[in-house]
Amino acid sequence: MSETQNLTLVQAVRDGLATEMELDDDVVALGQDIGANGGVFRATQGLQDEFGEQRVIDTPLAESGIVGSAIGLAVGGMKPVPEIQFSGFMYPGFDQIVSHMARYRTRSRSRFSLPMVLRAPYGGGIRAPESHSDSKETFYSHEAGLKVVMPSTPYDTKGLLISAIRDPDPVVFLEPKLIYRAFREDVPEEAYEVPIGEAAVRREGADVSVFTYGAMTRPTLEAAETLAEEGVDVEVVDLRTVSPMDREAVVESFKKTGRAVVVHEAPRNGGLAGEITALLQEEALVYQEAPIERVTGFDVPVPLYAMEDYYLPNAARVEDGIREAVEF
Amino acid sequence: MSTIQRDPEDRVQVLDEDGNLVGEPPDLDEETLVDIYRDMKLARHFDERAVSLQRQGRMGTYPPLSGQEGAQIGSAYALADDDWMVPSYREHGAAVVRGLPLKQTLLYWMGYEAGNDVPADANILPVAVPIASQIPHAAGLAWSWKLQGNEDTAGICYFGDGATSEGDFHEGMNFAGVYDVPMVFFCNNNQWAISVPRERQTASETLAQKAHAYGFEGVQVDGMDPLAVYKVTQDALEKARNPDEDQPRPTMIEAVQYRFGAHTTADDPTVYRDEEEVERWKAKDPIPRLEAYLRSEGILDDDAVAEIEETIERQVDDAIDAAESEPRPEPEEMFEHVYADLPPELRDQRDEFVATVDRHGKDAFLEEE
Repeated sequence: MSETQNLTLVQAVRDGLATEMELDDDVVALGQDIGANGGVFRATQGLQDEFGEQRVIDTPLAESGIVGSAIGLAVGGMKPVPEIQFSGFMYPGFDQIVSHMARYRTRSRSRFSLPMVLRAPYGGGIRAPESHSDSKETFYSHEAGLKVVMPSTPYDTKGLLISAIRDPDPVVFLEPKLIYRAFREDVPEEAYEVPIGEAAVRREGADVSVFTYGAMTRPTLEAAETLAEEGVDVEVVDLRTVSPMDREAVVESFKKTGRAVVVHEAPRNGGLAGEITALLQEEALVYQEAPIERVTGFDVPVPLYAMEDYYLPNAARVEDGIREAVEF
Repeated sequence: MSTIQRDPEDRVQVLDEDGNLVGEPPDLDEETLVDIYRDMKLARHFDERAVSLQRQGRMGTYPPLSGQEGAQIGSAYALADDDWMVPSYREHGAAVVRGLPLKQTLLYWMGYEAGNDVPADANILPVAVPIASQIPHAAGLAWSWKLQGNEDTAGICYFGDGATSEGDFHEGMNFAGVYDVPMVFFCNNNQWAISVPRERQTASETLAQKAHAYGFEGVQVDGMDPLAVYKVTQDALEKARNPDEDQPRPTMIEAVQYRFGAHTTADDPTVYRDEEEVERWKAKDPIPRLEAYLRSEGILDDDAVAEIEETIERQVDDAIDAAESEPRPEPEEMFEHVYADLPPELRDQRDEFVATVDRHGKDAFLEEE
């Protein structure tokens, strides 16, 4: 029986990194302020003391340089884990992500794979300045060659991060900073993998399926509990990986309930809720008993924080969405 | 190692325009000198045939290199076997020196993914089309050698004059300086970024001087003088491997040269530059220049030149035949090499498409060419 530690999600990030760095000398972390400072969210706290400046590396303030040089490190046989301080600052590195990180295997005919994990905290709700609250996972899920992981619990975070580091292909690892410290969970001290591409049923239910991921999993579960008191039996499916999505789990759940709600804080237009809705139309139309509801961020820039609580889906909006689906 | 030469007339040179020795030649045996000459001739002949293939509709858009053989071949010869080359998309000549068969280059520009198959022992990174985007990779690759304690390997990263205006040039060069990596940043300044002349790219007097801002040495070389290019590149690689105390490992080389032809076959340079300018630069052509030198040294004569011409013509003929005999890829090949393991959704897309193609026949999909 393995020892466990009671960790927050951000501590699980740190623990996942430390555990894998201990096991594999090829793993290096790089990014802005991740060394002596331990990361602006402390996701790499103490790692430089533990592994040295050659493996936990402070970089210049240059997102394209961070992603691009990490690609070079990976080509050279290392397993880099670059951090972008906030996902809203990934855009200067976007060309590197899309033109190279995603396509290096294809372009090199699999001579080179890029076993790299691009970490970034994403999402709103922490009262941050402009450009610090984006949830733009579809930029990356739209790109062939990438995998996109968005954990929602400390246990999954460590296991998914270890899987991502061991994955031969590049992974964009978006961490829900809203819940970095929201709760704790027992996390094994040893290394373990949570498979990429597998969803988790967080709450079983018979009446309606709610598909969500990352920080939105909590308000969704909260809404499910509230509605349970009214006799609505809600199933909550946490995608955990948004690309490649666990389509089988999504379709299976929907076949059971015939009703679906998708919840994400990313904007609606072109968002994953549309993709999931189309999937259900294609694969399970005859099971459908109600229109599929989308509870998402609005198609506006994430507002400054005096208004961000209105922007982010919360338990009240999720409840309404679920009611729409079950009362149709 | 030379310092920056601010006077463009005073840049590092070994041969003048007529092939007379004006500087200390590099220490190369006769056989290697002839090989350099042969590979420059091969690159030129290949280039002319490739442009012609495009004009005949036998190949897609192609970026010509004529005029740039001195920089490409001279620098590639300076690399050691284990060194790496990080190309942009015009380095067909340098790639041949590094072991990439001509057939591969033809296939790539003929639109075949198989053109990207690089022999396992050829230390070349894939072609990078977005300008300057390969420069951070080069910095990272050289950094990996350093982190792994490999002190024997160095590399060369090619890019053009236009690339020096890109953010990735700055970020890659900056990383290289900060982490002091064994990489030579080789700028093929061919004077034109499609239609934008060198003086519009930057107000800097030289491109080489930009290296100073990153804390390492920059040097200008006559890029149409293969021996000068070889010498400067070899010095830079040697410094990358074995720097003196407090001497930074990276170097930026600005190889001043000219592209005789278009940016690509889709471009018409007569719209933006004078024929007079082209003729002026053609007087510096690296091939007759080295040939004149080798003849004056008694290393080359008419018979040898004729033999070389015959050999390279046959070599290019054979490569074209081989490339044109390549079977068209099967549709499912599109789905290969995207992930190590194909995700279920992609497997479904592939299988459905293969079934669709089978149902309609390939001719229903393939446009007349």
